[in-house]
Amino acid sequence: MVEITGRVWSVWRRNWDAFLRTYRVNFIPPFVEPVLYLLALGFGLGTYIEAVDGIPYPVFIAPALVSISVMYSAFFECTYSSFVRMYYQKTFDAIIATPVGIDEVIAGEMLWGATRGMIYAALMLPVLIIFNVVAMPSSLLLIPFAFLAGLLFAGIAMCFTAITPSIDALNYPSFLFITPMFLFSGTFFPLDLLPEPIQYFALAALPLTHVVSVNRAITLAAFSPINLLNLAWIAAATVIFFVLAIRLMRRRLII
Amino acid sequence: MKRFGDLVAVDRIDFRVREGEVFGFLGPNGAGKTTTMKMIQCISPKSGGTLEVFGMDVDTHRRQIKSRLGVVPQENNLDPDFSAYRNLLVYARYFGIPKREAEQRAKDLLAFMQLEEKRDVLIDNLSGGMKRRLIIARALVNEPELLILDEPTIGLDPQARHLIWEKLRSLRAEGNTLVLTTHYLDEAERLCDRLVIMDHGKILVEGAPADLIREHAGVDVVEVERTEKVVARLEELGLNYDLAGDVVQVFTERPNDVARELLEVCRHEAAVTVRPATLEDVFLRLTGRSLRE
Repeated sequence: MVEITGRVWSVWRRNWDAFLRTYRVNFIPPFVEPVLYLLALGFGLGTYIEAVDGIPYPVFIAPALVSISVMYSAFFECTYSSFVRMYYQKTFDAIIATPVGIDEVIAGEMLWGATRGMIYAALMLPVLIIFNVVAMPSSLLLIPFAFLAGLLFAGIAMCFTAITPSIDALNYPSFLFITPMFLFSGTFFPLDLLPEPIQYFALAALPLTHVVSVNRAITLAAFSPINLLNLAWIAAATVIFFVLAIRLMRRRLII
Repeated sequence: MKRFGDLVAVDRIDFRVREGEVFGFLGPNGAGKTTTMKMIQCISPKSGGTLEVFGMDVDTHRRQIKSRLGVVPQENNLDPDFSAYRNLLVYARYFGIPKREAEQRAKDLLAFMQLEEKRDVLIDNLSGGMKRRLIIARALVNEPELLILDEPTIGLDPQARHLIWEKLRSLRAEGNTLVLTTHYLDEAERLCDRLVIMDHGKILVEGAPADLIREHAGVDVVEVERTEKVVARLEELGLNYDLAGDVVQVFTERPNDVARELLEVCRHEAAVTVRPATLEDVFLRLTGRSLRE
């Protein structure tokens, strides 16, 4: 179905090396973002909100901030950044002239997108600990789970990259898919405030809903059977989009 | 053979490259040269026929073939995120070359391509000629048995071209096999042991440059301004001639006799030039003078 060997890591390493070369810029967002959101929403707006389901508001949104950051970093890495490498820099063409195959290039890109999500989660965690909004040690699980969630968003992103006619057209999924998810996935208010049909829609079609649900269980150290369902949904979707992205990319690049 | 929908880009061509030679593909834009190169590199699957590289089928032994090839693509695709040196190291990693060895080879190759001073310079800050040299260095990083070069000196100034030719000749002298495409005919004449001229996906002729010139253009060319008198005289003499814009070209083995005749006709009013025939004459005679888009 897909042809992947250990060579996939040479593609991953290329992106890791490039990331380290510009690490100063890359490390700013995961530190700054949670501080801004926590101050503005958690402690600013949050003063009008006593508690959500008995949870202080900053504590309620903390796992959502991690989830959103993982989504953004993985999704944008595998849309705009991958598109630049594929289309403008011709990096993929250069790599497939070596024994590395196209499947491995695309898989390497997605694994890198996932890694980037994980790096961001790991960098955010100390900030959240300082603000005392996450439970420890369970919140350490945010980091490995960010890789899985990141891989899901990377796969979805890569499918869009494979079919987009131009870099501008990537704005459609960004605004019509990512932005609604940012708002309506149980991030800043509980899902059950929404009309029932929209709740079902969110559970069925918005991956971030499941990611937020798992991350919230992790940061509150309060797990429930529903989290198993979340994980199953994420695992299945990750496999589907991973394979689909490779197939679509083959169709685009092998001519 | 390669089809894109209804278009047959490469139409049942037949060629064989010998070990240790420089083999050229010439042709106008759209002749099918680059497509042929991509099929040899196992990155564009063929639509039919057989194609073997190192005696292995391109459909079933992609990785094995690619690990022994060096590729200089037509478009620069160096990695702009890295310096010249790191470009070579990152590329070596795709071949699974151990780090130590890769570092040594990268150093040697930068020296060979006279890029040592540019070692830590980012790609965007290199000149066109330097980028091209670095791409050749990159193509050599896996010590390939066959080097494929698609338009190796496209868009370069004469100095940069000569340096690249010199390097390619020294690679040949070391016993490397080179396959190149070009539409610079002087380049083909200088570098290639044998070549084919392609047009519309087909091979028109194959042979050594000197043989092709003798066969298809003769030894010398006499050029003279095109007038009715000149054309009439050539008809009288029964000589073979080509009309190229406002110039008449006569391909002949007796250039001095022809030149004398023509000088008489135009009473020394127009210039008559005698020059050796070149590959360009062969090329234009075979592929025509109409412009290709």
